[in-house]
Amino acid sequence: MIMNKIQIFSKGLIKENPTFVLLLGMCPTLGTTSTAINGMSMGAATMFVLVMSNIAISLIKNIIPDKVRIPAFIVVIASFVTVVQLCMQAYVPALYETLGVFIPLIVVNCIILGRAEAFASKNGIFASALDGLGIGLGFTLSLTLIGAVRELLSSNSIFDYTFEFLPGNGVLLFALAPGAFIVLSYLLVLFNKYLKK
Amino acid sequence: MGYMEIIIGSIFVNNIVLSRFLGICPFLGVSNKVSTSLGMGGAVIFVMALSSVFVWLIQDLVLIPLGIEYMQTITFILVIAMLVQMVEIILKKLSPSLYQALGIFLPLITTNCAVLGVALILVQNEFTLLQSIAFATANAIGFTIALVLFAGLRERIELSNAPTAMKGVPVSILTAGLLAMAFMGFAGLV
Repeated sequence: MIMNKIQIFSKGLIKENPTFVLLLGMCPTLGTTSTAINGMSMGAATMFVLVMSNIAISLIKNIIPDKVRIPAFIVVIASFVTVVQLCMQAYVPALYETLGVFIPLIVVNCIILGRAEAFASKNGIFASALDGLGIGLGFTLSLTLIGAVRELLSSNSIFDYTFEFLPGNGVLLFALAPGAFIVLSYLLVLFNKYLKK
Repeated sequence: MGYMEIIIGSIFVNNIVLSRFLGICPFLGVSNKVSTSLGMGGAVIFVMALSSVFVWLIQDLVLIPLGIEYMQTITFILVIAMLVQMVEIILKKLSPSLYQALGIFLPLITTNCAVLGVALILVQNEFTLLQSIAFATANAIGFTIALVLFAGLRERIELSNAPTAMKGVPVSILTAGLLAMAFMGFAGLV
């Protein structure tokens, strides 16, 4: 029983990692990872919505008629996204500005609707919360990793902690759009080679 | 802002896929063949132009007068979902041939973050109705151009001999990076 629960939690980290294995939620993965802290904040915001919507959906799964379940899920998810949006606007306005349109776009992140449909609508509250936590953590770690690599290559720092990694000031390209694609591509190669079985 | 500026700016300089990172899922998902990517592009142009009108009307006639702009996300996603559904039904009745061509792509568009993203951006910029339509259509054309270019590249990559760990998605994403680099050349055009 406990083993089972641990498995539900841990599968999101590597075996079913949403970014590197399932390739879901690519827009925020590429769009918000110019620095490690941006990637981590985006991941955390998504994780919050994922956990809360998983809990809510597993609670109301017996009330929703099967035919309208997808619109119902979307409304639940959109409500939590609005909560996150208002909270971030109030307490971390600078971060909210940086992440911009990607915060409301958590609504259409396929990871969240995917988990609602595949897991939360079939399982209990505790299992759904654990599932959301695991997948959300996997997503956050992936985004933080991509952000850290891009920040390191583009400005010689990680989480604003500066050190001499590349000579000069780093390669600006990695902070821009092409850098996002290139870093993600090489991280995928490493993941495929060393972690995927 | 002039219309020319909006159109060139959103097709090339701030290309929705390659520089704003919206709509990456269909960009990677349905870009195996040039013909399917053209179909997807057509459907996106159709829905995006139409949704920009609805979104603009709702924002200006309902949300702002009532002072409930914070309901944007929920309202817009429902409007887009409803619109896609409606377009599908109307198209099926009026033009079966067009429905045949675009049909399978329409349901996919609801979860295409490009449509919601463009709706949110045009509301943020406080465009007029005509500017909104121009912005949405230009972005959809930019999406189609990126998609078709990428599909053309991918058809060639399929035949090439990539290292095992790189086969499939990684090499496609790397190509997208190179394409994005090429589009950076348009920076400063407007």
